[in-house]
Amino acid sequence: MNFMEVLRTAIFALRGNWMRSALTSLGVIIGIAAVIVMVSVGQGTQAEIDKLVSGLGSQRLDVSPGAGRGPGGGGARMNSSSFFTLTKDDGEAIRNEVQGVQYVAGALRGNTQVVLAENNASTNWQGVQPEFFDINAWDIAEGNVFDAQDYSSADKVVILGDSVRRTLFGEDSGVGQTIRLGRVPFTVVGTLAPKGQGGFGQDQDDVVMVPLETARRRLLGSMGLPPGTVMQIALTVTDPKDLDYVQGEVEALLRQRHKIQPGDEDDFNVRNISQIVATRTATTNLMSKLLGAVAGICLVIGGIGIMNIMLVSVTERIREIGLRMAVGAGPRDIRRQFLAEAMLISLIGGVIGIAIGIGGALLVGKFSELPVQLDGQVVGLAAAFAIATGLFFGYYPARKASLLDPIEALRQQ
Amino acid sequence: MSAAPAVILTRALGKVYSAGTEAEVIALKGVDVRIDGGEFVAIMGPSGSGKSTLMNLVGCLDTPSSGSYHCDGVDVASLDAEELAILRRDKIGFVFQGFNLLPRMSALENVAMPMGYANVPREERMRRAHEAIAAVGLQNREGHLPSELSGGQQQRVAIARSLINRPPILLADEPTGALDSKTGEEILALFKRLRDDGHTVVLITHDAEVAAHCDRVLVMRDGELHEGERLAHRARP
Repeated sequence: MNFMEVLRTAIFALRGNWMRSALTSLGVIIGIAAVIVMVSVGQGTQAEIDKLVSGLGSQRLDVSPGAGRGPGGGGARMNSSSFFTLTKDDGEAIRNEVQGVQYVAGALRGNTQVVLAENNASTNWQGVQPEFFDINAWDIAEGNVFDAQDYSSADKVVILGDSVRRTLFGEDSGVGQTIRLGRVPFTVVGTLAPKGQGGFGQDQDDVVMVPLETARRRLLGSMGLPPGTVMQIALTVTDPKDLDYVQGEVEALLRQRHKIQPGDEDDFNVRNISQIVATRTATTNLMSKLLGAVAGICLVIGGIGIMNIMLVSVTERIREIGLRMAVGAGPRDIRRQFLAEAMLISLIGGVIGIAIGIGGALLVGKFSELPVQLDGQVVGLAAAFAIATGLFFGYYPARKASLLDPIEALRQQ
Repeated sequence: MSAAPAVILTRALGKVYSAGTEAEVIALKGVDVRIDGGEFVAIMGPSGSGKSTLMNLVGCLDTPSSGSYHCDGVDVASLDAEELAILRRDKIGFVFQGFNLLPRMSALENVAMPMGYANVPREERMRRAHEAIAAVGLQNREGHLPSELSGGQQQRVAIARSLINRPPILLADEPTGALDSKTGEEILALFKRLRDDGHTVVLITHDAEVAAHCDRVLVMRDGELHEGERLAHRARP
């Protein structure tokens, strides 16, 4: 029997019991839909991590004050004095003394209220040095970055993140206007191009930038930090291959500058992005495995459903099998026929499951925090799973049918 | 050996079920039979006499325990299930007491079905099915389901189906058993016509009246085959 003939016979047989066929394929539908949602969430998360790594830069190091290493940074050991161990001069020293450094910028940060007439919002401010914009890949949408004058004389100028701009000015850029940060009036000199959601789901555009010294004088208020203190030094290396070398050099330099004795603990913390991402990757992997287990269980249950129905079908149609054998169907023909029916059930289930899975993945992407990435690979994988399910669970009933004795089968009532 | 090769030729054909166990049954004891092309033969016998076993062997549904069977010149002893299926497809047409039509297929589809296993191209299949169904006088019933046909009509469809792959042997197991006597006569007349067209028809029955229509009657008794009377009025030329 050729392929088309087998297919035609299988379709005919399934149509005769279409309700049963539809219910049987439901298991596969659910399983395949689960596979698609799982894989697209998994891929989306992976893509997000990749974006995070490349966005923040595999060339980037972050120096923060305080003891402790690794992700999370040993917060329990911090005390008030260990907050203020980094200075602007540390940044300058790194720039001048460590080979392979591309950009260096110190930063201060905090929270404030931005006010324009009756509009006001709470937002984050960052007091930055010039190269901060390069390190963080911030682009200017309208207006300009701060000029040298702004930095040196601590002018009251501000660059608005996109979310803040929208809150205050709607569609307008607001460049040239005056707003207040807290009680201090600032002139808007530029706006930032939007970056969207960050790797941790926060709104990266909910921010305003001011020059470092402006922030120290006008926004830190009465915190009373030691002179020249920064809360962070961000730097990039020219060549990503040098990252570990530069990290070591920076650590050595800062230990020397901070007069830390051998054996004593650092009062600062140098991290690269892969350490930050490691935690998140572990969480994501766990979730992917969990979803994978659910999808796998669904498919197995769907497959058992197929096997069950095919066994019933073989028993019901035992006379038909006997007759077909009598008129010349060999065991191979019978096996193919029943295998084709099982695979058709799972394939149709697979197609519907793919449609539902794509819909489900889009819904997840729309209504949850989880990133979703759909592509042809996911669909191909799901189709392969559907076919494999039909093959695996359809084989036993088909083989059972093919091994029937035609004499016995014909004698059945 | 005569010049024309026998269509059915058995030598010391034996069949034992459950050999070597308590439940051992010797169903056939050395059956020798020769049926030539174009014969119309009845095999009679009470139930348990081994006639079903003989029919299963002759129909290539089973292989013998001992002895040999040549079906249209092919020795079946060494064939596996796949090869037996091919032999049945090419050599044997089955007609059953219960018709055994597939209930969801039309008469035409039922007739065409066996050609699917013989890899006949679809267009030719349809053409041959139309011809075959016309040959049994049911050209007006092609699209009907079996449930929409009378018993006699269903048996005609079954006969058309049995002939569709042009086998030399027609094996009919109680073909009139489920029909009233008038319809049965019509079916038997159809068999005679097929015999006249050169088919070999072997009819299994327990009904002497039915057997009387045949040219030659073989009687099974306790696993042994006995030559019955060769009916003079049907003696072959």
